Amino acid sequence: MLDVLIIGAGASGCAVARELSRKKLKIAVLEKNADVCEGTSKANSGIVHAGFDAEPGSLKAKLNVRGSLLMKALSEELDFPYRQNGSLVLCFEERDQVRLEELRERGIQNGVEGLRILGREELLSMEPEIGEKVTAALYAPTGAIVCPFGLTIALAENAAVNGVSFHFQTQVEEIRKTENGYEAITNRGSFSAKAVVNAAGVYADEIHNMVCGSGERIRITPRKGEYLLCDKKAGNLAAHTLFQLPTALGKGVLVTPTVHGNLLLGPTAEDISDKEGVSTTADGLSRVMEKASLSIKSVPGREVITSFAGLRAKGETGDFIIGRVKGAPGFFDVAGMESPGLSCAPAVGEYVAELISDYLKPEDNPGFVSVRKGIPSMALASKQERQRLISENPAYANVICRCEMVTEGEILAAIRRPLGAKTTDGIKRRVRAGMGRCQAGFCTPKVLEILAEELGIGEDQIQKAQEGSYYLLPEEEAENGGMRKQKKPEASRKEGRDSI
Amino acid sequence: MRTDLVIIGGGPAGMAAALSAHEQGAGVLILERDRELGGILNQCIHNGFGLHTFGEELTGPEYADRYVKRVRQAQIPCLYNTIAVDVQGGNPCRITAMNRRQGLFEIEAGAVVLAMGCRERPRGAMNIPGCRPSGIYSAGTAQRLVNMEGRMPGREVVVLGSGDIGLIMARRMSLQGAKVKLVAEIMPYSGGLKRNIVQCLDDFGIPLRLGHTVSEIHGKNRVEAVTLVKVDEALKPIAGTEEYIACDTILLSCGLIPENELSESAGARMDSVTQGPVVNAALETTAEGIFACGNVLHVHDLVDNVSKEAEKAGAFAAAYVKERMAGERREWGQAVRPKLPDKTRSVLPEGRDAGKTLICIGCPVGCLITAQKNSDGSLSISGNTCKKGEEYARNEMTAPRRSVTSFMKVEGGGCRTVSVKTRGGIPKDKIWQCMEEIRTKTVKAPVKVGDVLIADVAGTGVDVTATSNAQEKGEV
Repeated sequence: MLDVLIIGAGASGCAVARELSRKKLKIAVLEKNADVCEGTSKANSGIVHAGFDAEPGSLKAKLNVRGSLLMKALSEELDFPYRQNGSLVLCFEERDQVRLEELRERGIQNGVEGLRILGREELLSMEPEIGEKVTAALYAPTGAIVCPFGLTIALAENAAVNGVSFHFQTQVEEIRKTENGYEAITNRGSFSAKAVVNAAGVYADEIHNMVCGSGERIRITPRKGEYLLCDKKAGNLAAHTLFQLPTALGKGVLVTPTVHGNLLLGPTAEDISDKEGVSTTADGLSRVMEKASLSIKSVPGREVITSFAGLRAKGETGDFIIGRVKGAPGFFDVAGMESPGLSCAPAVGEYVAELISDYLKPEDNPGFVSVRKGIPSMALASKQERQRLISENPAYANVICRCEMVTEGEILAAIRRPLGAKTTDGIKRRVRAGMGRCQAGFCTPKVLEILAEELGIGEDQIQKAQEGSYYLLPEEEAENGGMRKQKKPEASRKEGRDSI
Repeated sequence: MRTDLVIIGGGPAGMAAALSAHEQGAGVLILERDRELGGILNQCIHNGFGLHTFGEELTGPEYADRYVKRVRQAQIPCLYNTIAVDVQGGNPCRITAMNRRQGLFEIEAGAVVLAMGCRERPRGAMNIPGCRPSGIYSAGTAQRLVNMEGRMPGREVVVLGSGDIGLIMARRMSLQGAKVKLVAEIMPYSGGLKRNIVQCLDDFGIPLRLGHTVSEIHGKNRVEAVTLVKVDEALKPIAGTEEYIACDTILLSCGLIPENELSESAGARMDSVTQGPVVNAALETTAEGIFACGNVLHVHDLVDNVSKEAEKAGAFAAAYVKERMAGERREWGQAVRPKLPDKTRSVLPEGRDAGKTLICIGCPVGCLITAQKNSDGSLSISGNTCKKGEEYARNEMTAPRRSVTSFMKVEGGGCRTVSVKTRGGIPKDKIWQCMEEIRTKTVKAPVKVGDVLIADVAGTGVDVTATSNAQEKGEV
C-alpha cells in the first residue's frame, strides 16, 4: 500500500511529488500520457508572474508571490532555465493609467516588491521596440521567465531520484474509498494509497467527482490559448515580458522573450468543451498577431517558426481549488490550476506537502537529495566545458540538431536519465532537438535512429508523443510498397551510424 | 591546424569550390558534417541533373559521384562527420569545428568558403492551423527517410506545395506503394517544372490542385486528414469551398531558405532578398576572407549553376589567399547581388487532350508539342524546338517510355540503400513490374556506380544499374 498517490505529472503534481519526497513516504505518480509535462504544463507562456494580478487574500495571490520567490533558488537547486527579466504591463490610453495604479496597489497588498510606474520615455530606454500607442507601464522587476518543460522535468527527475515511482500511460478510471484510504483503478492495475492528490489538470473535475458527495462536484473548463513562437532572430525585440492592460479589443496578449531566446506571442482565451482540444485556428493566430502589434512596433510575422495551443484548467471560483475535499478524508485537490499555476508550482508543492504531512505525520527522509544536475548543453557551454564533455564522451561532438546545436551526447543523456525520454517530443523538451527554426526537418531521422537503438525497438515503434503518433511504417511494409502484407521478419537493422 | 582555404560543406558547391581552388594551387580542407561527400544530392535519386555541366542527364548521386572522384583524385583532404561550430573572418580566419575523433579544435585559414546549402521551410513558417500530430514531414525529410533509410513515412499522402521537390516526392511515394491523394498549390501556377508535372503527377494520376491550400490539419496523434480549401486572389481561403481529405501523411514543399547560422555568427551582412550574405563581385562576404557560394548564397534552380558559381568562388578565394600572402590587400568594393533564377511558373494548358497535346519531358523547357495522327497512319508533329522533342512525341504516341529511378536495399554495407536507375527508358506499362523487382531484391555491398544490379528488368531488355556507391561496412 502506498502512502500517497498523485494523479497527474504536470508541474503541480511533480512539485508535490518532489516536496513530499523529503519525507519517508511511499509515493507514486500516475500519468495518463507517455511522459511528464504533457498537458497544461507543456503549452503555456512560461512566465513566472510577479504576483500583482491576483485578488489579495486569494490562494492565487499567496502562492504566486511565494512561488515567484522560491523559483529562482529552485532553478539553481534543480538546474533548469530561469531568468528574472522583469515584466511590464503596457497601457495604451492616458485615461487607463489609473488602472496601472490600481494594479500597483494590489501588488503591494500581495507583497510584490519593487513595483513602479514608468512613463513612455523611460520605457523606451528599456524597450526601444515598444508600440507607438504605449503611454505608460507598470514595471515589476521580480517578473521572470522559466522553461516550463525544464521545471516540470527537473521536479519529476528529482522526485524519482528520491524514491517516487512514476507510472506512465496509466489512466485512472475509478476511485474507490477503502478502509484506510483509496484504491484507484486504472488501465494498468489498481493502486491503493492512504492519501490521494488530484493534480489532473483539465481532468481534475473528473477525478474529484469520483470521490466527492453529490453536492460537492466541481467543474473544470478548458480555456484554450493559442500562441506563436518566433525564431531566435526575433528574440531581442523584447527584453521584458510585455503584458497588456485589457483594451477595447478585449483581454490582451503577451509578448515575451523565452529563456531560450525565442520570442513568444499569445495567448488567446477561449472556453471550449474538448479537454484535448489543442488545435490552433487561423482566426486565433491572426488575433494574436494583431494584438501583439500593439505591444511592439513590428511583429516579426516572417520569423514565426511554430504555433501551438494549450489549455488552462479553469475552475468556477476564480481561485485555485487546493486542499482537502469535503467528505473525503485524505483526498486532496490541486485543481483549477489556471494562470498563474506555473509560477505557483514551487509554492503549491510546499503547501500541499504540508497539508499531507499534517495528515500522515511522516518522518523526514534522511536520504533526500535536494540537488539535481541538468543535461549539459553544448550550445551554451564554454570552450573548456565543450572540450571536457567531448573528452568524456565523443558523442558530444556529433551534432544532431543543427538549428539548436544539440549533440548525440545530449540526446543519449536525455534517454538514459531517470524518467528518460522515450519519444521524440520527450527528446525535444529535454534537450531542444527539433525546437529550432527547421522544426525537426533535419534531425528527425537521426533522432529516430538513436531512440530506436537505445530503447531496443524498431524505428517504426518510436512515437512523437502518445501511442499512435508513429513516424514510420513497419520496415516490411516499405519493402512491400506500402501494402499491408505478411513478410519475413526483418533481418539485421541498423547499419552505419557513424560508420567511419 | 592551419591551411590556405577551408571549405564548409562537401555538397556540390563545396566540392566545386574545393576543386577550382586546388587547381589554383591553394591548400584546401573540406569540412563535411555527413559521413560522405555529396550533400543533399545523395538523397536526390531522381534524374535531371548535369545537362549543362556534363551534357547528359544524371541522377543526384551520379552528379555528386563525378565530383567526389575528382576530389579524391586531387587528394583534397576532407574531415567527415565534422561540424563547423563557429567561423570568424580576419587574417587569418578562424574556424572552430568538432568531431568524434579530434574533439573540439580550431583551424586557421587564409580564407573560408561557406557552402552549407539550404533548408526547407517548416510548417510553422506557413502557419497552418490545426492539430500537431506526427505525420507532417518536409518533402526533403521524407526523401531522406525513403531514399536513404529505405523507410516509408505513411500510406496516404497529401503534398502541399508544387515545387519540384514536392512533385518528385509525389512520384517517389507513389512508386513505393503509397497513395498520393493530391498536390495542393496555393498559387494559380506550379512552382515546379512542366516536365515534372507530367512525369511525376500525370503519369500517376495525381491531381494538381492549383489555387488550393491546406487550411487545417486534423488528427490528435497521427495525421488523419486535412481540410483543403480554395483561395481567392489575395490567397485567402474562400469559405464554403472546404474539402475534407483523409490522409495519414502531409509532405510540405513550400520553399527553401539558405542556411546561414555560420554566416550570421561570423558577422557577415545579410541580404533580405536573397536571404544569403551580401557579396562583392568576387563572392566575398563582408566578413574578411569569408566567401560564399551555392544555396547558402541564394537558392539556385539547377545544381549545374551551383557548381559554376562555386568554381568561381573557389578561384577567387584561392587568389585572395595568394594576394594576402604577398602582403597585398584589395578594397572590398561594391556589393553585387547574384542573379536570382527566374521563378518557375508552370501551368499546363487547361482541357488539354493528352492524346494530342504533349508536354515534352526531355529537358526543363517543357515544350508544348502537338501530335496529329494522319489518315495514312503517319504522325505530324509540331511545336517541338529540338530533335529530342520530336522523338519524344513519336514515342509517346506509339510506345511511351520512362526511366525509373529508385533505390535498392543493401546488405553488409555502411549504408542501408543504394540508388539505382533503369539504363534508359522502359515501356511505361512496365513501371510497376520493374518497381516490384527493384523493391524486393536486396544487393550485397560493395556496389559501385554503374554496376548492373538487375539485368533485363521486367523483361524489358533494360538493365537496372547503381547510381551510388555502397561500401562494405566499416570501410572508409
